[in-house]
Amino acid sequence: MRSASTGTTRSAAPTDTNQVTSGRIGESARRPDGGPKVRGEFAFTSDLWADRMLWGSTLRSPHAAARIVSVDISAALSVRGVASVLTATDVPGAPLYGLEVRDQPVFASDVVRYCGEPIAAVAADHPDSARRAAAAIRVDYDVRTPVVDAEAAIVGAPLHPDGNLFRHLFIRHGDPAARGAVSVEGTYDIGMQDQAFMGPESGLAIPAEDGGVDLVVSTQWLHNDRDQVAECVGLPPEKVRLTLGGVGGAFGAREDVSLHVHACLLALRTGRPVKMVYSRQESFLGHVHRHPARIWMRHTADPDGTIVSFEARIVLDGGAYRSSSFHVVANASCFAAGPYRVPNALIEGIGVRTNNPPCGAMRGFGAVQVCFAHEAQMDRLARACGIDPIELRLHNALSSGDRLLTGQRIDGVLPVADVIRRTVALPLPPVASAADDPMTRPGGAGRTTDAGDVRRGVGFAVGFKNLMYAEGYMDGSVAACRLVDGLATVRCAAAEVGQGFVTLAQQIARTVLGVDDVLVAQPDTTIGSSGSTSASRQTWMSGGAVEQACLAVRDSLLTRVAAERGVPVELLRIQDARVLSHDGGVDVTVAEAAPGVVFEEEREFHHRVTHPLDTDGQGDAHVSLACAAHRAVVDVDPELGLVRVVQVATAQDVGRALNPVQVIGQIEGGIAQGVGLAVMEELLLLDGRPRNPSFTDYLIPTALDMPEVVATLVEEPEPGAPFGAKGVGEPPVISSTPAVVAAIRDATSAPLTRVPVRPDDIALSANGTDDERTMETS
Amino acid sequence: MTGYALTVNGREHRVEEAWLGESLLHVLRERLDLPGAKSGCEQGECGSCSVMMDDVLVCSCLVLAAGATGARITTLEGLQPADRGAFSDVQQAFVDEGAVQCGFCTPGLVMAVHDLLARCPQPTGLEIREAISGNLCRCTGYGRIFAAVEVTVAARTGGRRR
Repeated sequence: MRSASTGTTRSAAPTDTNQVTSGRIGESARRPDGGPKVRGEFAFTSDLWADRMLWGSTLRSPHAAARIVSVDISAALSVRGVASVLTATDVPGAPLYGLEVRDQPVFASDVVRYCGEPIAAVAADHPDSARRAAAAIRVDYDVRTPVVDAEAAIVGAPLHPDGNLFRHLFIRHGDPAARGAVSVEGTYDIGMQDQAFMGPESGLAIPAEDGGVDLVVSTQWLHNDRDQVAECVGLPPEKVRLTLGGVGGAFGAREDVSLHVHACLLALRTGRPVKMVYSRQESFLGHVHRHPARIWMRHTADPDGTIVSFEARIVLDGGAYRSSSFHVVANASCFAAGPYRVPNALIEGIGVRTNNPPCGAMRGFGAVQVCFAHEAQMDRLARACGIDPIELRLHNALSSGDRLLTGQRIDGVLPVADVIRRTVALPLPPVASAADDPMTRPGGAGRTTDAGDVRRGVGFAVGFKNLMYAEGYMDGSVAACRLVDGLATVRCAAAEVGQGFVTLAQQIARTVLGVDDVLVAQPDTTIGSSGSTSASRQTWMSGGAVEQACLAVRDSLLTRVAAERGVPVELLRIQDARVLSHDGGVDVTVAEAAPGVVFEEEREFHHRVTHPLDTDGQGDAHVSLACAAHRAVVDVDPELGLVRVVQVATAQDVGRALNPVQVIGQIEGGIAQGVGLAVMEELLLLDGRPRNPSFTDYLIPTALDMPEVVATLVEEPEPGAPFGAKGVGEPPVISSTPAVVAAIRDATSAPLTRVPVRPDDIALSANGTDDERTMETS
Repeated sequence: MTGYALTVNGREHRVEEAWLGESLLHVLRERLDLPGAKSGCEQGECGSCSVMMDDVLVCSCLVLAAGATGARITTLEGLQPADRGAFSDVQQAFVDEGAVQCGFCTPGLVMAVHDLLARCPQPTGLEIREAISGNLCRCTGYGRIFAAVEVTVAARTGGRRR
């Protein structure tokens, strides 16, 4: 790893990423790691290097369901350069790991439950030697028929000792018999999306002199990983030390342990550092995906569009192991109706085990799947009532004081009507013209489409979800601040995965302490947990912890200055990098206020207490909510079924923008992923086997696919949130997908009840007819 | 196993005792201590490993290192000012405009933008999109990257925008 301080070009030490930057809360401060990143000097985990380092490789099952008859490693051991080959019998500690429940084998030994399940790991002196050795391991499989249909798995024989149901949740709200005069229903399918971060899984495990192991790894949650690794390698947690390496994106896929245990086991066994880097194919096989879902919904309403009742059945395919399925079911169920007032509801949410690849967290976490369904329903309801779809949404929009399906009263800010109105007011793109470059038409570089064949459509959608963990989870984050001679150092285990927490930590420290120079230490497990970089929670949770630690340091500094100068501490304040007293008697820079004195404080931040859902799915389960609206404009070639997304406009509820450029970056990046799910992204399975685990075949939006984004921020500070700021990472990805699909429906009249929309779904649909499953009466 | 020489960033590097099947990307990163080019897909789709070979932008993961003898290879490390902390105008614009998030795609994008502006000093918006369409970014949605390119073009052309 690169290190600025020692002058050595490569080491296993953390990078010095603290470029000099400036900027306080509310300013678009530059990233401290921006300079090293543009120069290629930022050490991603895959750039790590250590003396005598070995390379690890994993052998994975090619079958989705099988019994393992035998594993013969002798041929692998004889490959030149191989140092160690490990299988299930070599795991000294717990044989199972898992994010929430330990249900997944470190190495499969008797049963294989998904294609890609690890069987063995190899360490060798060259990555290709390791790969060749892994391929030389002979596994005799008794191949079984995989259970790949979620409905079949619900009632089928158990695929695991824990059974097949990860969660079966009912939400019963209001009067179960209430019905409106207008009814619309539909069934919707969501394909399996992949996070497809750019930096594949990687880590470097280094055996330590005390018999422990140090692991530098790309992750979203160091401490949870640490606990799982310690259990499996059979060491006390304090002998397993994790440090965050440079992370090449995450989006939920790094919540679960991937190579962590394998690398540590190989390092402990060989006594040498072991580096593991997944190939792109292995990355697709080696991390969880977004749950594919089949969702049935029925809304009834009064003729004026007032929603009377809502019913839903949501089946989420969790794949072979549990990961975070339990909580994805809760999110999908709690937010199934969207940000609308629904007095009466019955929802059944099911997360089920199959022999498909494991699914877990991805940006939007359950809210994405249901939003595609409820927004299609809202358009159907508007049509059935003869009301403009935006008016229907405004008419039913949730706001502060209303109740969620779970009975919880919305005490915070939720400006649903505002985000709708502000989105509608954004400018539309110019109409397409025959003079436009053919590259900008559907089909793009293929130049397949004549200008006269293009039909333009406009679609609208609104979505929301919770911020932070829910259902009574005791969430917290620890941060420490050290100040000496005007230089502040912030320590916090919050994983920087690209989102820009490092920038915010600096901005917060500068704002509270009035200093310019703030270093952010590399996150590791020598400080308490900051929880996961997920659920849009780090700005609130770790931002709150950093603020409190900095406030404590400020108080210590002011107390000392007050004592030395003989003035009451109440008279002192920090302003413009100076310690001032109200009477003007004290006026000294923060840097010179207490020469050589070290002020250091650590604080733990907690949000307000939440509660579990009861047997009717009712309860005060969520900390806070955030919403956004999206309007998409598309051009479609209906004959070829090709789509170009022209523009996505959005207004987003952000509480307060702490760094406007970073907020825009989250919005644009989230919309890219939402557009991807709408029109191109799906991990295709055949009998449980991923068919397209590569960037050649799993398509994510390129610069040519990306629409123009027009964004506006709705800033209404959230009570209880540090600086009033809400997390902003997830809302952009929730309703952008249904907005794009609504726009394609607008252009084509195709029913489009499935994402991603494929060319056949457009070209082969009978124009002008709606889905046969829809029933609209009035 | 045998030796060969590569000319990288104006310097000749001997590669000894290396397996001849290694890609240029692997040799740059693991043997020549030049990790600026990133390995994102190893099949020429993501552009994270972009380098210049005789003034042509290539994916170094698709080039056999032993076949690159005789070519002038320029990596990010050779393209930027040598002083630590100093930036090319493109790099500075990436930092200033918020075009960097996780940063894994950034070295490849910086190479691609330098290449674009060398070939086409005043690109249209569509030309910018096409030029970087071989560089996948999963974080940014490309918006701030477009902005960085436009800012660079404006500065180079004295504020004139097309």
